[in-house]
Amino acid sequence: MKLLDAQDLTICRSGSDSAIVSAASLALGPGETIGIGGESGCGKSTLLLALMGIVKPGLTVTGGRVHISGKDLATISDGTMRGLRGRFVAMVPQSAAMALTPTMRVGAQLAEAMAVHDASPPGDIAAHTTALFEKVRLPEPDRIGKRYPHELSGGQMQRVAIAMALACRPKLLLLDEPTTGLDVTTQAGILDLLGDLRRETGMAMVCVSHDIGVLARLTDRVAVMYAGRIVEERPTATLLTRPAHPYARALLASVPRIEIPGLPPSIPGSPPPPGMSGPGCAFAPRCSRAHAACEQVPTLLPLPDGGRIACHAPDHGPQAPVKGPGPRGAPEAGMPVIAVRNLVVRYRRASFLARITRQRPPDPVVADVSLTLARGEILGLVGESGSGKSTILRAIAGLWPPSAGNITLDGANLPARVTARDRAALRRVQVVFQNPDASLNPRHTVREILAQPLRLYFNANPAEVEARARSLIADVRLDPAHLDRRPAQLSGGERQRVALARAFAAEPDVILCDEVTSALDVSVQASVLSLIHDLCHARGTSCLFVAHDIAVVAALCDRVAVLHQGRIVEQGPARSVCSIPEHPFTRSLIGAVHRIPDVHDNSFRVG
Amino acid sequence: MLQMILRRLGAAWITVVVVAVVVFVGVELMPGDACTAMLGRDAARVEVLENCRGRMGLNRPPVERFFAWAGDLAQGDLGISMKRERPIVDIVGPRLRNTLILAVSAALAGVPLAIGLGVMVALRRERPFDIIVSTTALIAMTMPEFVVAALLILIFAIWLGWSAGVVTAAYDAPALTLLFATPLPAVTLALVYIAHIMRMVRSSVIDTAGADYILMARMKGVPERRIVRRHLLPNAILPTIPVIGLTLAWLLSGVVIVESAFNYPGIGRLAVNAVADRDLPLVQAITLIFGLIYVSMTLVADLLAMALNPRLRTRRL
Amino acid sequence: MSVLRAVLSQPSGAIGVALVTGHVALALLSPVILPHDPIAQNADLILRAPSLTHPFGTDRLGRDILSRAMLGGREAMLIATLSTLIAMIWGTAVGLFLALVGGRTDTYVMRIVDALSSIPGILIVMIFVAALGVGPAALIPILGYSYGLGVVYIARAAALDFVARDFVMSAQARGHARTIILLREVLPNVRDSLAVQGAMQWSWLLLGVASLSFLGLGVAPPTPDWGLMIADARGVMPTAPWAVLWPMAMLSSLIVGVNLSADAFAKALGVDRQTGVRTA
Repeated sequence: MKLLDAQDLTICRSGSDSAIVSAASLALGPGETIGIGGESGCGKSTLLLALMGIVKPGLTVTGGRVHISGKDLATISDGTMRGLRGRFVAMVPQSAAMALTPTMRVGAQLAEAMAVHDASPPGDIAAHTTALFEKVRLPEPDRIGKRYPHELSGGQMQRVAIAMALACRPKLLLLDEPTTGLDVTTQAGILDLLGDLRRETGMAMVCVSHDIGVLARLTDRVAVMYAGRIVEERPTATLLTRPAHPYARALLASVPRIEIPGLPPSIPGSPPPPGMSGPGCAFAPRCSRAHAACEQVPTLLPLPDGGRIACHAPDHGPQAPVKGPGPRGAPEAGMPVIAVRNLVVRYRRASFLARITRQRPPDPVVADVSLTLARGEILGLVGESGSGKSTILRAIAGLWPPSAGNITLDGANLPARVTARDRAALRRVQVVFQNPDASLNPRHTVREILAQPLRLYFNANPAEVEARARSLIADVRLDPAHLDRRPAQLSGGERQRVALARAFAAEPDVILCDEVTSALDVSVQASVLSLIHDLCHARGTSCLFVAHDIAVVAALCDRVAVLHQGRIVEQGPARSVCSIPEHPFTRSLIGAVHRIPDVHDNSFRVG
Repeated sequence: MLQMILRRLGAAWITVVVVAVVVFVGVELMPGDACTAMLGRDAARVEVLENCRGRMGLNRPPVERFFAWAGDLAQGDLGISMKRERPIVDIVGPRLRNTLILAVSAALAGVPLAIGLGVMVALRRERPFDIIVSTTALIAMTMPEFVVAALLILIFAIWLGWSAGVVTAAYDAPALTLLFATPLPAVTLALVYIAHIMRMVRSSVIDTAGADYILMARMKGVPERRIVRRHLLPNAILPTIPVIGLTLAWLLSGVVIVESAFNYPGIGRLAVNAVADRDLPLVQAITLIFGLIYVSMTLVADLLAMALNPRLRTRRL
Repeated sequence: MSVLRAVLSQPSGAIGVALVTGHVALALLSPVILPHDPIAQNADLILRAPSLTHPFGTDRLGRDILSRAMLGGREAMLIATLSTLIAMIWGTAVGLFLALVGGRTDTYVMRIVDALSSIPGILIVMIFVAALGVGPAALIPILGYSYGLGVVYIARAAALDFVARDFVMSAQARGHARTIILLREVLPNVRDSLAVQGAMQWSWLLLGVASLSFLGLGVAPPTPDWGLMIADARGVMPTAPWAVLWPMAMLSSLIVGVNLSADAFAKALGVDRQTGVRTA
């Protein structure tokens, strides 16, 4: 009997027929693992929750069935359901920080998970708790239970969440984006742990992630979802090397890879908002292989290797990695457009009280950093969170005055604060921020957003504003109709393009990009990266590109500087730093990047 | 944690100083001074005015007067009432006691009731119990205290004859007598803030119910009862504590009206009389006392929240 | 307009708007439609129960209560409206400015605001009125100041939510002047929550004016005012409860109407009523 058997599951918004998940079918036997991959809005998290019988408020299951160990989740009683949860099927949530109750000690929360299903005396439970903490490789397993969630780091909280899920030795483990929000090196640790646990316990696992690399390390099979449907399900190795569905192929091709130089190709168009795909195959509008038959929704059909695919025009040929235009060679000689010398930035001065109680002043966030940005060059600044990379960018932007060091623009000293800079200097340095939700004023139209720099720096009159705005919107490959829209009506990728258009409206010498693609889906990221590349090279603009993903930086940038705890530990041309890293931290960054093998890579193994 | 407490105490202390300054400056800025206010028409006679000023020390420069006043305050001397010609401490003391009896009984009965009701309606959200109680609360919130006072006197004193209505005890009556005089005024005081607190608790509970950790507890299979008790309530009530403190502090303004409406011999009624008498030193002292009570109540509420919130007790390691 | 439709589609919103519109209309039209002279005293008609000629009865000076009740809100509403305007303007200006500036200025000024807020407003008003005399000229500015303090907190909280967002930092990085940022970036985003707050302030001010009239410090007799009427009639409550109940009903219905409307508007605009923070 199958452990998990979901058939034709359809979940819609309550009271309408816009489907978040359409006709999803999934089956799992004991010990098998399956990954569900896809970009935001494809319905994977909703599907995962439904496998546990949980549907978020505002959604309803309108079709299909989920059977766990033979029991139909729709018909069992509440008591039986509660008995299943935790004991038979358990979930590791996406954000452990939000999933742990802030007012309870972590040990108590773990004990609770056990006490619900297990009538053992407290002494036994305490021993089990310590054993579990040890199993998930937490420090001080006998004492860490007394801590509250906020006293733990992100990685530690995630391990606690894993321990909680394992508490009653479930047969089926559901994982929702188990590594989101964690540093690259922490992620690697968690994935190692999960892989080992899987081997030791023989649990079946369903793992949802937008990061194909995570699925590659954890699962035997991968299902790719698009617009609420499963479009392809194959053994992992096959999917990674020879995906057949056009979307799966394009998705995998758009992931930046260190070992493949150049910008990854992007997928034209954008995915439909959840629940709003049109008739027929949802991917057809963006698919290069679409034809008349695609007006009918394709059904999932079995393939010889045991997988399934829903497509009228699958492509079973090998992936041909398309090489995007690589970064240019040596930068222009001459005076660097931006030069940073001995920069030191602190978060705040030791407070008066701290000095009285004689606490050590906090370490500076940026400790003695010097770098140069040549004219027309794209420089990548990469490091983990807290390494100081964004702080350096903000110091250059004038948003955070440094405690020491100086910054020059074309040789002339650049005042530390924005308020002290003259308009010409302000115009020449423009910033683009990370979060597409927050970088545009929700109350302004796109036209108004673009008009601001035009008016401020060029005193443009309405006619000029209109002409320039149209030209800018075309440069960022958006329809002129977007000028009248407000940010809420645009997707994340579209908003970042508007933010780029706004930056380029000032015709700057330098643009500073602060993690501008980190919050975007991987295929959208590819298009934004190629846009930045083209815009900078067409206009000769220099770019300082800050990111935490070294593969992204390697794809876009000419040179790279690696930052660790406020210092630059390595810098040089992107290709050489990434292929022959010298500093151990650089090596760990590169090593932690999930390698997606190509068809010739024999070292690839799952788990 | 120690740092946070010290910081909070320091802020409170600074606020107290600022309150004292503001009160003093406010009184200074108004036209006339204690003597012109007191003497009224007699102030036109220069010798009487000068005489009065000399006695009260009002002919010294303002800064000097401020420090003299502040110095006296630090020693517990609130000055002399002009109208009654007695040390203010003697006048204010017993009446402050009476007001505290009133306010504390209102708070002790009201806060648990408000929190309890708030939780109950939140757990029965949108059901008849919630609708009835919430609507009643809405109506209660919109009625000024004097209206509630009048209604209560009408119902309980005049129609039902259960209570005397207006308070007849003297200001120096023993505490127990005054305690028995408090039910109607206490209910009046409490009604509005109970409604406020109840609504706030309700929304906090409803908000917290949507949190991810509640979903997580359900996913562990924890029974609903336990989820409410150990996961939902502590996290829902905690953020409301400072606001409850603030609302209680706002009781102070209510006290003025309620005591006037019921003729209760407390510091609120004293304030109204002092203003009517134009007894400036007394008014100044009472204003300062009100300010101090407010500051201390918000301080207690903040410290309580700090003590109960694990996030504030310990830092990330 | 779509907001208004959303408000009216909720039963509470419809009731609230109806009540408020009714009262405002009454306030504007009442001088024209009065059945009797509101200040005419008549020794023969003292404390008559409600009847056909005097549907609300008469008070202890023989005055018709219906006419007085119809007029009773005018002066209070006028004072409340002007005070609300003053409070909202100065409170918003200071609150938004502090949210944007942040840092030590924010800390110090908020300390002062905290200290100012710790003195109960009613006391301040009492003192002022005692010094400067009763009447709208003294009342409006002091009420505007006193209630404006509360607005500072709300405006600051609402603005802080947006000031932290990148688009404000982006405007700062471009070099826009601070006033421009406040007016063009921040204000349009807090406009909705402030509008709801304004309605709430108006209702609190009405209550405040009524309370002050009750204490004899608000509207001056012989102008009819609900608070005054209740204060007047307290002594005769056992024999003539209508003299207290009708003005009470008028005041309460208006306040309830404002609160219901504000709730409905808050929901329609996607604003949290208590904190002023956008939820949608």
